[in-house]
Amino acid sequence: MGMAIDLSTAGGLTLALLPELVLTGWALVLLLVVGWRHRNDADQAMTGQLALLGLLSTMLVLLWLWGRGAYTVEPHMIVLDAFRYGTAFVFLLGAILAVMLSVNYLERERVLVPEYYVMVLLATVGMMFMGGGSDLIVIFLGLELMSLSVYVLAGIDRRSAFAAEAAVKYFLLGAFAAGFFLYGVALIYGATGTTNLVGIHESILRYGLQSNVMLVIGIGLLLIGFGFKVAAVPFHMWAPDVYDGAPTPVTGFMAAAVKAAGFAALLRVLFQALGPSEVVWQEIIWWLAILTMIVGNLVALAQTNLKRMLAYSSIGHAGYILVAVATGSLAGAAAFLFYILAYTLVTLGAFAVLAAAGRGGERDVKIDDLSGLAARRPWIAFAMAVFMLSLLGFPGTAGFIGKWLILSAAVQTGQGLLAVVLVLASVVSAGYYLPVIMAMYMKPAPSEAAHKGFDLIGSARWVVGVAAVVLLLFGVWPNRVMDAARGGTEGLQPTPTRVFTD
Amino acid sequence: MNEILTNVGYSDWVLDALLIVPLVGGLLVLSRPEDQAKKVALGVALVEFLLSVPLWWVFQIGTAQMQFQHEYPWIPDWGIYYRVGLDGISLFMVLLTTFTMPLAVLGSWNYITQKLRAYYVLLLVLTTGMLGVFISLDLFMFYVFWEIMLIPMYFIIGVWGGPRRLYAAIKFFVYTFVGSLLMLVAILTMYYMVGSGTGTYSFAYDHLLANIGLVAEWALWLFGAFALAFAIKVPMFPFHTWLPDAHVEAPTAGSVILAGILLKMGTYGFLRFALPFFPGVALHPTVVNIVVGLAIVGIIYGALVAMVQPDFKKLVAYSSVSHLGFVMLGIWALTLQSIQGAVLIMINHGISTGALFFLAGMLGERRHTREIAAFGGLARVVPAFAVVLTVISLSSIGLPGTNGFVGEFLVLVGSFGRYPVPTAIATTGVIFAAAYLLWALQRIIYNKLDNPENENLPDLSKRELLVLGPLLACVMWIGLYPKPFLDRIEASAEALVTTVQEQQVTVAQVTGSEEQVP
Repeated sequence: MGMAIDLSTAGGLTLALLPELVLTGWALVLLLVVGWRHRNDADQAMTGQLALLGLLSTMLVLLWLWGRGAYTVEPHMIVLDAFRYGTAFVFLLGAILAVMLSVNYLERERVLVPEYYVMVLLATVGMMFMGGGSDLIVIFLGLELMSLSVYVLAGIDRRSAFAAEAAVKYFLLGAFAAGFFLYGVALIYGATGTTNLVGIHESILRYGLQSNVMLVIGIGLLLIGFGFKVAAVPFHMWAPDVYDGAPTPVTGFMAAAVKAAGFAALLRVLFQALGPSEVVWQEIIWWLAILTMIVGNLVALAQTNLKRMLAYSSIGHAGYILVAVATGSLAGAAAFLFYILAYTLVTLGAFAVLAAAGRGGERDVKIDDLSGLAARRPWIAFAMAVFMLSLLGFPGTAGFIGKWLILSAAVQTGQGLLAVVLVLASVVSAGYYLPVIMAMYMKPAPSEAAHKGFDLIGSARWVVGVAAVVLLLFGVWPNRVMDAARGGTEGLQPTPTRVFTD
Repeated sequence: MNEILTNVGYSDWVLDALLIVPLVGGLLVLSRPEDQAKKVALGVALVEFLLSVPLWWVFQIGTAQMQFQHEYPWIPDWGIYYRVGLDGISLFMVLLTTFTMPLAVLGSWNYITQKLRAYYVLLLVLTTGMLGVFISLDLFMFYVFWEIMLIPMYFIIGVWGGPRRLYAAIKFFVYTFVGSLLMLVAILTMYYMVGSGTGTYSFAYDHLLANIGLVAEWALWLFGAFALAFAIKVPMFPFHTWLPDAHVEAPTAGSVILAGILLKMGTYGFLRFALPFFPGVALHPTVVNIVVGLAIVGIIYGALVAMVQPDFKKLVAYSSVSHLGFVMLGIWALTLQSIQGAVLIMINHGISTGALFFLAGMLGERRHTREIAAFGGLARVVPAFAVVLTVISLSSIGLPGTNGFVGEFLVLVGSFGRYPVPTAIATTGVIFAAAYLLWALQRIIYNKLDNPENENLPDLSKRELLVLGPLLACVMWIGLYPKPFLDRIEASAEALVTTVQEQQVTVAQVTGSEEQVP
């Protein structure tokens, strides 16, 4: 079963890179299109539709490869395995939802920059390399491609001072993080003599480098770099301001897909390359997880602004995912895959509602501004309630299954304390998710005209509807997705037969 | 009768039907116009009740086996199945639920005036949630229902409640959520420990119970997590502070359901899970001292605080803390009588306190206040109301001849042999109960009719009599002839006592033998 692909032939390489190639091709086509057609909203909307088409066709190619079960045998710069398919699927899904939100949003906000969609596509290509790279250099290239595109996206609204601040802040801190990352790569290369993930694994075992100082420092620096990208406490300082200042669909894209990409690469590096040094990084990740869960949730509790609340809550969720990483087990990796799928849906859904609430000023939307929404816009309120419950991890929603899988992985590997902190952090999170529901359902609308124009337009309606329905569906009947997530961890651990060849 | 039921396969589908009917009913309510919502909901609740009534006869007396048991795969890879069944304890919880729901709908008839459809849909969803908790034999499924039922109650308090409803709703939610999430961690721990020990990963109640010795090492922590979740729900002193807020702010039917059924989920949890799973910990002298001590404190404290409440509804709310203290005492005494008594108090409390909340709600509807001081001399104005209130109060106090007496008597008799001093103190709780209820009674329906606003209050309407009638009938029935109830509880109570004692011995052997290994 499955289709073995030989990466040493041009044909095999092309096949293995097909999704990335297709998407890059679309990005270039879009650039050309934009060169001619960038005058009005209609041009921009057409670009958006083309971007959607590009993402969907990439998705098809990806699903075709996944369906054929294509895999690579020899360690190489890139790898084809179920983990890559699973993560790439989530990135593409996130990008598709973000583009669907953007079409009407950009028009409403009078942002006329059709290159926006090119950036989304390029960022997605970067993410796919992060999930599929089997070499620290490839992962770094993916990371940079993604980051540079997202820096631009964050500041795409040139007239907004906040967006400018967000972009600059993100760029400066991101550059720092990239520096740390690269330095870490250099030290790991120095210690092991290779940047290939499987090669690193072999070297560590062969030369007994498990606690080699250079390697440990390299791991530490690498983790700092990743910590910035996934906004783990204490490297999270940039996140709230950037999430707050960026255009809402971009924020959703960043909170969901960008973060998922960071975690995907982190998981692959830790599991595949640094498995032998597990004791070193597990301890660090353990602390990062605890800190991130506690700080993210506690600070979110203090927010009255909806967008900032969601920004901090996404830090809290990074903490939950870190628990999955800290387990160091395939069960944790499977939990991660399920979680990011659910989280991508819920985040983009929630940001879609936020964008609709904003009508030109999401930064000012307070949680209380949703008061009485249920009476005026029952369906939007219902969807938002589903999103909040899913974020809370309430049974009946996909968020619960995700959290349950993480808890389960933690308990299985004896990380009881992490599990307890996770559930206590979840309790805290009830303190800021519930007020949203409370405002919508239990408080009266401030005035007759309060929610006038609070509408989901065009494709945003689909994003919210599909997200809510799928979250409920996966909450009750998660079997297939759980199977896929478990299958998605195949290939995360290097084949041990190659290790002891000497 | 039994023959017809067997022919239609009643026992094969009744539990599934009980879970599904309210949900389908909810859709039905949604599909009808707003003004018909309550009628449809009443119809659904009655159908649900009628469906459950034959359980009484079909249920086999004298066996502690789970009856009506069956299962379907849900997430089979994880050993998660839809597993349901009934024993003598859950039977009454189910009947109490299905019995209360039509009354709750009737009791909301005029009280709820806005967003009718949403309200009745939530009531029906709540029914499914509560029944699911009582019939689940799979811990995952149990947990899901345990949590799911929070949402409808949260909305019922938060949308249709009193002035401080937002605070009460979130407090109710968060309190329950803390306990239940820790319980989830405990459930997962048991799942993995038992799974790795036996090779079969399953959330089945039977499977976990049969191999509970494998978790002996962590029993203390696991028990703690379960006990916390249940203690908050009961609620035991000092976890009770959500209760007065939730009960007072909730609409009448919400309070009735909270007191009548939701609190029982806590004591039911102790009976079904915490005790049989971890007898060694539960009956450890220190734990016994704590639990029995807190139960006694709850009995006395609840009664004393009830006595000084100016608001009648709050008085009833605090009396719950006191009554549930008796239940906890009975459960921990672990004798046949005390367990039977505890289950009977669970039923009685649902009936009597439910009725008291209805009566408090009726006072509130008439005068828009529930301050005891605002009333007085009502016996002359609303004689029927006064009679019902008196009878129900006497039943809540535990006057012989009413249901309250049987339960409390059994608990006290059953517990005295084991914990003489605490039981003696608990007995004074009955006196306090008489004090706070009789005093309230005196101030509400006797004394002078000195407030002119009270002179023209309407007496009980037909609908209100329809609500209170069945409750009164149950008060009398259980008070005068509790045997059919006790018969059905007996086998399960006895089995519980013996399982716990056996488990305790095995656990002692397991840990004992480990200690001998050098």
